[in-house]
Parts: sequence; structure tokens; C-alpha cells
Amino acid sequence: MERADSTLSGMLMIPGQPALSVLILVILLMIGLYMGRSSIHSLILKMTELIASAMNMAAQSMGQAEKKLRDRNREVLLELGQEQVERQLDREFFRVNTAVERDLGRYPTLQRVIADQITHIEEDYKKSGQMLPPTPEWIEAVEAVAKLKLDHKNNQLTANILDSIHEASVKHQKQVMKEYRDSVSRRHRLLQGLRPYWRRLTHTIDEVGGTMKSLMDRAQDIDTQMARYEEIRHGSEKAERTLRSSAGIQFVVSLFVVLIAVGGAIINFNLIALPMSEMVGATARIGGYQVADISAMVIILVEISMGLFLMEGLRFTRLFPVIGSMDDRLRLRMIWISFTILFSLACVESALAFMRDQIAMDLSALRHSLSAGGVVQAVEVTVVNNWIPMVGQMVMGFILPFALTFVAIPLESLANSSRSVLGDLIALGLRSTAFLLRLVGDVFKHLGEWLTHFYDIFIFVPLWVEKTVLTRIHQNGKKNDEPITTLTEHEVGVEPVMK
Amino acid sequence: MKKLTLFLILLSMTLTACTSGETVPHSKGVYLLLDTSGTYTNELRKAQQIISYLLGTLGPGDSFAVARIDSGSFSEKDIIAKVTFDSRPSVSNAQKRAFAQTVNSFVNNVKSSPYTDISGGLLQAIEFLNEAKVGKKHILIYSDLKEELPEGYVRDFDLILDGFSVHALNVTKLRTDNIDPREYLNRLEDWKIKINNGGGKWTVVNDLDREDALMLM
Repeated sequence: MERADSTLSGMLMIPGQPALSVLILVILLMIGLYMGRSSIHSLILKMTELIASAMNMAAQSMGQAEKKLRDRNREVLLELGQEQVERQLDREFFRVNTAVERDLGRYPTLQRVIADQITHIEEDYKKSGQMLPPTPEWIEAVEAVAKLKLDHKNNQLTANILDSIHEASVKHQKQVMKEYRDSVSRRHRLLQGLRPYWRRLTHTIDEVGGTMKSLMDRAQDIDTQMARYEEIRHGSEKAERTLRSSAGIQFVVSLFVVLIAVGGAIINFNLIALPMSEMVGATARIGGYQVADISAMVIILVEISMGLFLMEGLRFTRLFPVIGSMDDRLRLRMIWISFTILFSLACVESALAFMRDQIAMDLSALRHSLSAGGVVQAVEVTVVNNWIPMVGQMVMGFILPFALTFVAIPLESLANSSRSVLGDLIALGLRSTAFLLRLVGDVFKHLGEWLTHFYDIFIFVPLWVEKTVLTRIHQNGKKNDEPITTLTEHEVGVEPVMK
Repeated sequence: MKKLTLFLILLSMTLTACTSGETVPHSKGVYLLLDTSGTYTNELRKAQQIISYLLGTLGPGDSFAVARIDSGSFSEKDIIAKVTFDSRPSVSNAQKRAFAQTVNSFVNNVKSSPYTDISGGLLQAIEFLNEAKVGKKHILIYSDLKEELPEGYVRDFDLILDGFSVHALNVTKLRTDNIDPREYLNRLEDWKIKINNGGGKWTVVNDLDREDALMLM
């Protein structure tokens, strides 16, 4: 304590007068700072300007990088969108082709059927036309008899003739009426026979109409897709916005599904890791990891790979262009090979799940016997308890490989959408960094001014004295040399703080 | 074809090197010494529980041996049962069953010995675990740690216990310890010094009912 006091007293300019010493020290310091004011101001301003310009340059380069990335993202997005629409168009054309082949391919036959039906209807219609009953031949005879001279000699004869004619006409009328009725009945039958033809014709025409309507709908879809395709090709903002939003949704959804699949793979792994140790041993290790675990993981990865190939072969996904461009026969062969391997692995997994159950039961029995003091005792297990987990594990072991096959679809979606989404996130990061750098640059730009003002606070006394002296000098000068202009800040001796 | 053959040979060599080389460091070795002197034989039932616990804990590739401490314990004859568990879990379980049976029959027919050669048992344990080439070496001494050697037996030399963990279990207090507890404390301290001087790690677990009492490894 005493030592500290002696050091402090040694530092005093006037021994025994600490207040005076401090005052002198402050005055000296103030004078020193006042004398070096312009140099220190200049140094502070230069330093802060340098930092500000460096920050601005960094912000500019960040901005350029962000712009390049944004352009690249835009290209990727449009390319993906174009590919997606192309795929949809391809599918639509395929459907149209199928519809044309299926429905309109037999159009000539259909046309012939319709023509035959129409001909048949026409013929029947003609046949069903009403025929006038033939003019009775005896009318002429009646007219001839009517022209005979009416005398008494001929009366009896005429009466006889007329009777005969009457008799003949009645007979003929009956015959004609019968023929007429038959003819009408025949026509009705013909007309009735036309009904199924009409119905069939209507049905055929409806069918053709339905096909045409379906084709028209497809054509409308194709038109919509083509319009979208054109928009994407021209790189319109609307198309870009739509694609960006779509990519974001796809990314989130596919990520969610892929995470679910990862959960499935972990369950699958736990199902087969233990029994794999029975096959490859539990002691061998590669790089610190048990070979059994690695083998189980490899089996799952092979299953996923086979699933990818299967989906690629079936053209659900387009992750491998080589498979997509394969010859159909070769592709079909590849599908069968992938499926066979997948099926075999599913069977292996099922067997491993069975083995796992056996090992678990054995371990449980062992622990039970050890807890009973080394005496092996029979474990009471009901039949239901015995087979339910075993069957459950076997079914899971068989199904999970096939379920994992479908991960190819969200995986492709994730791979495609992540290009755009991650690019956007990086661009956002670059933009934020550029903004922060600009902000820091601006802060430093103004910090120089603030620091010089702050510096002046410490030497406010000499500055005040300077200002007063200069004002008086100018006032004196004003009195001597009238008129005098208004004093500016520079004229009163206050240096501008900022250059 | 030649390239493919070469690739396969290199791959198999790499895998063989990886698999064979990495087996040792991950396995565990446990050597349990059971004191059969005097009245301590009554405590062996409790030791049986420890053995059961260890059998349930140890896995494929681990080594386990149980030996008795008698008048001259530096002998293979004193090893009651020893095993290195097979890499296949099913075989390993069968080995555990057989081991438990052997220990059970020993506990049922044990006869107490007049002397207690703990150091000899430790030497035998070191030899066994070094030969087993295990990664982690644990020696469990189930005893009151009161060493009584027959006349002429020499055990006052340093033990080499680098990489070993020595755990004293159920160190019971003798009648003389009750009269002068310093005897008990000195006994524990002497063993601690002896083990630490040999490069080993020393722990004492008396309350075996604790959940973490036997979580030694």
C-alpha cells in the first residue's frame, strides 16, 4: 500500500499538491491534443474512410456473386421446369397416341359398320314404303256394262253381269284387303326391325363422340402445357415465379418423405444387424465399425440401389439418363434383374428377421437362467406371444425393402428442387452479407465524423479560446474596414470537421 | 481380366488386414478371483450373482475367467472356468450357459483353503489376460484382501499392471478390523499402492446393491 502511494507521489509534478499536478497535466494534455488536432482528425477520417471503402468493395463483390448465382439459379430453374413440362407433354402425347391407337385405329371398321347400318336402314325404309293397292281390273268391265243400252232385253243380262261383277268385286276386295293388311304388317315388322339398328348406330356415334371429346380434352391439356412451355422458354417472370414456388413446395415435401424413408431404413437396419452378426461374426471390424453392422447397411443400400434402378427402368424417375435411353428389350431385362435381386434380398431380410427373433428368445432365456442362479429353466411363453412378434418381424423384413424402393421418386424430386432451393438460400446469404457489409461501411463512414467531434470535446477550452480571439480580431477589423461581410464559420477559425 | 483379378486381390487383402487387425482392441477381458479362504466361502453365493451379471454383459469376442484364491494361486489349476466367447451370438450364449453351470457346481462343492495367495492369483490373471490379447483388461478381486501366504512363498515384488483395471469387490471387515479399523484402512491402502505402482488403476466397490456397482467396464 505504501509502495503504491510512493509511486503515485513520484508521478506528481508538484509534490504534495495532487490537485494542482492533475490540473497542470490536464492543461498540458489539452494543449498537446489541440496542437495535433488537424493531424489526428485527418488520421481518423482516413482510417474510417479506408475501412468504409473496403467494406463497400466487399459488399459490391458479394452483390456481383449473388447476381451471378441468381442468374445461374434462374437458368437451373427454367431448365428444370422445361424438362418437367416436356415430360408432362411427352406423357400427354403418349396418352393421345394410346387413345388414337385404341379408339380411332378401328375407325375404318367403325365407319364400315356405320355405312352398313345406314344402307340396311335405307333398304328397310324403302321396303317399308306404302304400296297402293292395284286398281281392280273389273272397274273397266263395270264401265263397259254401264255403257250398254238400257232396254228390257238386256236388263236381266245386265243384272246378272252386275251380280257376277259384285260377287267378283267383293271377293277381290277381300283378297286385296288381305294383301294390304299383310303388306302393312310386313312394313311394321320391317320398321320394328330397324329399331336395334338405330340404337346401335346411335351408340356407335356416341362412342365416337366420346372418343373425340376425350381427344379434345387432351388437346386442351396439351395446349395449356404448350403455353406453359413457351412461357418457360421465353423465361417470363410469371413462369419463373411459379417454378420457384413449385420448387420450394417440392423440396419441403420430398425432404419430409425422404426423412420418413431414412426412419424406415434405420428400422430395417436394426432388424437385420443382430442376425448378421450370426452370419459374419460380431467381432470383426472395419475402421472401428462391426462388419455385421456394415453388412446390414450394405444390404439396405443395395436394396435402395435396386429400387432406384427398378424405378428408373419403369421410367418413374430420370436419375440415370443411360437407363432411360436404353433399348426397350434391354430395359425390360434390367427391370426383371433388379426386381429379382430386390425380391431375393427381401426374402433374405425376412429370414434374418426370423433369425433375430430366435436369437432374442435365446438371449432372453439365457438371462432368465442366469438370474435364477445358473440353473437353466424353461421360460413360459404363450403361443400368441411366440409367433406374433416373429411373424411381424418377418413381414416387416419382407415389406421394407419394397417400401424403400419408392424412395427413388422423392429422392429425384429432392435432388432437382434442392439445386434451386439451396442456390436461392446461398444467394440470400450473399445478399444479407452484402447488406451487412454496406451497413458496416456506412457506420464507419460516419464514425469518422463522430470520432472527430468526440476528440474536440476533450479540447473544448482551447477551441473556445481560439474562437473568441478570432471573433474579436474580426470585430476589430470590421470596425476599421466598413463595410464587412458576415463572418463565416471558417473566418472565425473553426475548422470544418469533415473534408 | 487381369486388372479385375488384381483389384479383387487388393480388395480382399485390404479387408483381411482391416478385419484381422481391428479385432483385438475392442474386446474385453475379465478375470475374477474368488477368495475361498476361511469364512469368506460363505460370500461366494453373492459372487455367483456377479458372475451371472458379467455373463449377461459380456459379448462375442470377450474373454472371461473365474479363478479361486487358495494357498498357492499362481497356477492354471486354480482357474475354475475360462472362455473366449465365439463371434456368433448363438454359440456365445451356449458357452455362457456352460460357464454358468461350471461355476454353479464349483460354488456348491467349494472347500475353504488355509491360506490366501492374492498376489499369486493376480499374477495368474495378468498372464491370462495378456495371452488373451484383449483390448480392455479387468481383474476383479472378490476378497477381504487379507493375504496369508504359506511359508517360503515369495510375493514381495512389483506387478506389471499397465493397462489393467483392478477392482476389489465386497472387501469385508474382519474381526480384527473391528478392533482396530486402521488395519482395514491400511490393508486397502497397501493394495492401492501396490496396484498403482504397477501402473494399474485401483477401485473398491463394497456396496454391490448399487445400480452402477458393477458397471466397471
